Amino acid sequence: MSDTTHDGGVALGTPPSADEGLDAAQLAAKYGLTVSGARPGLIAYMRQLWGRRHFILAFSRAKLTAQYSQAKLGQLWQVVTPLLNAAVYYLIFGLILGTREGISHDVFVPFLVTGVFVFTFTQSSVMAGVRSISGNLGLVRALHFPRASLPISFSLQQLQQLLFSMIVLVAVAIIFGSYPSLSWLLVIPALILQFFFNTGLALVMARLGSKTPDLAQLMPFVMRTWMYASGVMFSIPVMLKDKPAWIADVLQYNPAAIYMDLVRFALIDGYGSENLPDHVWAVGVGWAVLLGVVGFVYFWKAEERYGRG
Amino acid sequence: MAEDNAQGRIPTVIADDVHIVYRVNGTGGGRGSATAALSRMMRRGKGEPRGVRKVHAVRGVSFTAYRGEAIGLIGTNGSGKSTLLRAIAGLLPTESGHVYTDGQPSLLGVNAALMSDLTGERNVVLGGLAMGMSQDEIRQRYQEIVEFSGINEKGDFITLPMRTYSSGMAARLRFSIAAAKNHDVLMIDEALATGDRKFRVRSEERIRELRKEAGTVFLVSHNNKSIRDTCDRALWLEKGELLMDGPTEEVLKAYERETGK
Repeated sequence: MSDTTHDGGVALGTPPSADEGLDAAQLAAKYGLTVSGARPGLIAYMRQLWGRRHFILAFSRAKLTAQYSQAKLGQLWQVVTPLLNAAVYYLIFGLILGTREGISHDVFVPFLVTGVFVFTFTQSSVMAGVRSISGNLGLVRALHFPRASLPISFSLQQLQQLLFSMIVLVAVAIIFGSYPSLSWLLVIPALILQFFFNTGLALVMARLGSKTPDLAQLMPFVMRTWMYASGVMFSIPVMLKDKPAWIADVLQYNPAAIYMDLVRFALIDGYGSENLPDHVWAVGVGWAVLLGVVGFVYFWKAEERYGRG
Repeated sequence: MAEDNAQGRIPTVIADDVHIVYRVNGTGGGRGSATAALSRMMRRGKGEPRGVRKVHAVRGVSFTAYRGEAIGLIGTNGSGKSTLLRAIAGLLPTESGHVYTDGQPSLLGVNAALMSDLTGERNVVLGGLAMGMSQDEIRQRYQEIVEFSGINEKGDFITLPMRTYSSGMAARLRFSIAAAKNHDVLMIDEALATGDRKFRVRSEERIRELRKEAGTVFLVSHNNKSIRDTCDRALWLEKGELLMDGPTEEVLKAYERETGK
């Protein structure tokens, strides 16, 4: 075992004597041993993730249930929390500040509630994403699984949370005169696209947050700025009609605004296509694919490094 | 064991000059005050950030483990035993050096995946999935796991949230879930010392079973008796360095002389 022809990758360890180092690598090669904790290829990684789909789902559902398990009302909070949330925004923006300029009252209430719920979906996915690795180091350091399971699982938890919110939203829509119709089915593709977008963003944030946990302190401010800029409680074209047109365009084509508009358009009778920017579905698909792919690859690139102190 | 050393033995784990360094945030630069943090940030950018302290936990450990071996890791607290195990499992990246393994070594333990707010029932499923068992496998072994843990001996506790369990009960359930899966390379980190005497006997038996099924077993423990009982080879780590590697009896004797036991 004295030949020195071996690929450079194995000699990186700078062993005490070159002979010994080659020995270990050659021995490993001879018996088909592989480097422990090496990053798998992208395709293999996706296959591993698919193999863990039951864990991902079970983990997200467990987190969801654990959230309210100590409360007296228990799982009822899943519905009550978004309801209270919507009530607070209605009180402040609908009644006190009157940001409903250019929108009739019957449209504004479901408009606002949709905006709040849809934005919360993205917001909480991002917030959970930032902490998904750094807040679960114990799990990462104890068990073997593709790390992307965690951010994906957290976005899935938020999706399930959103489905509870949708119960409230449907009730609000009906109370304010938008009745179930075929167009309501458009909510499904819109939310699927948003889920992909959120997951991609959560994957990006998970990698950033694993390196810099401080991001968890910073993100609430970023998210709040994003929320106020996305027209959750006002109509972007109406509010910005005196400003240069490009500002409204930028705000309208930002992903949060796109997904909010898609769901509003599907649910609310008085919110027609004249309120939507051009090519809104294409843009929605574009954001979902862009973030989904970029986020996944970006996260996978650091797979073997998660869990280092 | 020594005779068949050179030939005919199949290596399952090869550690080749493994170094592991932890980086700890927010310690350096004097105290944890805001001004100290700020001045740390200002100094940033020149090589290693100042606020980060490095802990060199494992320094240049090399060894080869073979199929059928049970290896005990001994050493005082903080000598790098658990860290080394995590590196072998591929859970902690090495700073330099390589760990080659046959298949995927796994640590015995699912504590981190379990949630105290969930019922024991759901935790069995969640823990099993987290360890990579399939749903069918869990369904098949569910009864076995619950019975082994003895959780239901004092009433129907498995349907209660885990936070209502006594610490001993929780530890027993955790061990039972963790021990339900068979592993190629199995690593046990002081898991033997859980529960009451009756349960300890049962768990030691289960570990022996697992050992038979597993290719190679690593055991970290401060209980020299359990190392003597289960291991035929021992590694003695001190301050992250491998002090001694040999038959259990020899290494333990030296260790006991050193620590004065």
